[in-house]
Amino acid sequence: MRGWSGFSKGDTQVVKNGAADMPDCSTELAGLKFANPILTASGTFGFGAEASGFYDLNRLGGVILKGVTREPRMGNPIPRVTDCPSGMLNAVGLENPGIDAVIDCELPPLARIYKGAIVANVCGFTIEEYTEVAARFDASPSVSLIEINISCPNVAHGGMSFGIDAKSAAAVTRAVRRAVRKPIIMKLSPNVSDIVEIAKACETEGADGLTLINTILGMRIDLRARRPILGNVYGGLSGPAIFPIALRMIHQVYKDVRIPIIGAGGVSSARDAVEMMLAGASAVQIGSAALVDPSACVRIIDEFPALLTELGATSIRELIGTAHKI
Amino acid sequence: MECNTYTISANERVAHDIYALRLNGRTDAMVAPGQFINIKLDGFFLRRPFSVADWDENGLMVYYKTVGEGTRALAQYARGRTINALIGLGHGFDCGCSARPLIIGGGVGVPPLFALAKRFISMGIIPTVLIGFASGADEFLSSEFRLLGCNTIVTLETDGLRVTDRILEIQSAHDMYFACGPEGMLRAVHRICRLPGQLSVETRMACGVGLCRGCTCDTLAGGKRICVDGPVFRKEILRW
Repeated sequence: MRGWSGFSKGDTQVVKNGAADMPDCSTELAGLKFANPILTASGTFGFGAEASGFYDLNRLGGVILKGVTREPRMGNPIPRVTDCPSGMLNAVGLENPGIDAVIDCELPPLARIYKGAIVANVCGFTIEEYTEVAARFDASPSVSLIEINISCPNVAHGGMSFGIDAKSAAAVTRAVRRAVRKPIIMKLSPNVSDIVEIAKACETEGADGLTLINTILGMRIDLRARRPILGNVYGGLSGPAIFPIALRMIHQVYKDVRIPIIGAGGVSSARDAVEMMLAGASAVQIGSAALVDPSACVRIIDEFPALLTELGATSIRELIGTAHKI
Repeated sequence: MECNTYTISANERVAHDIYALRLNGRTDAMVAPGQFINIKLDGFFLRRPFSVADWDENGLMVYYKTVGEGTRALAQYARGRTINALIGLGHGFDCGCSARPLIIGGGVGVPPLFALAKRFISMGIIPTVLIGFASGADEFLSSEFRLLGCNTIVTLETDGLRVTDRILEIQSAHDMYFACGPEGMLRAVHRICRLPGQLSVETRMACGVGLCRGCTCDTLAGGKRICVDGPVFRKEILRW
């Protein structure tokens, strides 16, 4: 049984979802129990509280906050988003009010209404910035896990540049690991030639988990204007278009690392989520799907029991990584 | 904000590349002129935002221009077809602060101003409506403004006139302007018109409900999300 992804035999703390004969949809990350494996992907759910009008946030397995830097950031010029076949491009560029404002103004409203796991997302332009921002979230009692974004494709320096080679990914992981006590999850970029090498480097340096994958760099051009559509020219592709790529990378990484994986990339149904779990994910993030359908996360959560029954599974955890069995 | 299913009861061309779309369904979430809906089109991933030109308890009117693949596909939607839309989005015009409104619109920016004019008329206030189009073939909604009882002035670029050519002579009879149109026109109005103003701006959007920060623009009051803090902004905060 790997890291903190599952339960040992005889574990008595398994919480059943609903009636006794209902499949168990709960999962576990870093010793934390999640009522279901659905988390909101960073950057698609703001700082959580602003989405409270759509449904009861406590339905969610976990809430991952928008990426936070030390200083406030305006982000990139508009247009920042555009449509693509089976997906979208975004070049928001890490717009956020900075760590002070997030700790003081954004976290408290969410912590008041949401009782599940709050996952912070940290981005930086230097290793010192990563450790400083991560340490602030480490000191906040509202935050359970810290996701380290070394894969944002939409900023000129920092962001993805730390995630595109194993050495710098290792350096960020090592520094943050030393600076914080809470579990850290490294969010990796797919814009690399060998994601397994980077994943292994993060594991070696003490990461408690991996998020696979961030967006894939792309662009679109306006035919009439003969100019790139996005203000930033390039942006990150997300949505169903990247699902098979995310799935392949989770499958590859699962074979070679022992720490748990949170799947991300184009999941729009419980069937997609389960497919990622079969490839090796312990939990799954929903991003673009919820930008099109604000209730996508709860719809997916509601789909799990019937799907597990259809698949003959009594718990969602028993599915993790089973596509690897010969 | 609500997510509803609508039935198309009309989808007809009313000008060169402008279509009028009537959607039947719930409109409870519409509270102010200037708010918009975000429509899901089959075969396209992101929703498409459209301003609402008019609404009643049975449905709403949208006017759209066929500019890309999405709107060209929408133009093919037949009467009776259903579509899903998020409705009641955004922060619309504030009508409570003007007794002598000047409404300024250009091209496909004109539709939300019809709902605004209707609101003023219902308050017993007759607005001046100054709207511009590229040519007579592009003109739409002007007769509807006149039927509503508005003082309506139409400028056509083929006559060598733009709305901004008429602002200086008529602005003094008004206490506030309300504008929507192409960004070039809005910037010119912002520069020329000395009245206090409210301007409806647009950009490409993803969620339309404030979560993705895909539409944030830099203003003198900080970064503002066009979808929830706008699309209508006070003149003084725009960094133009």
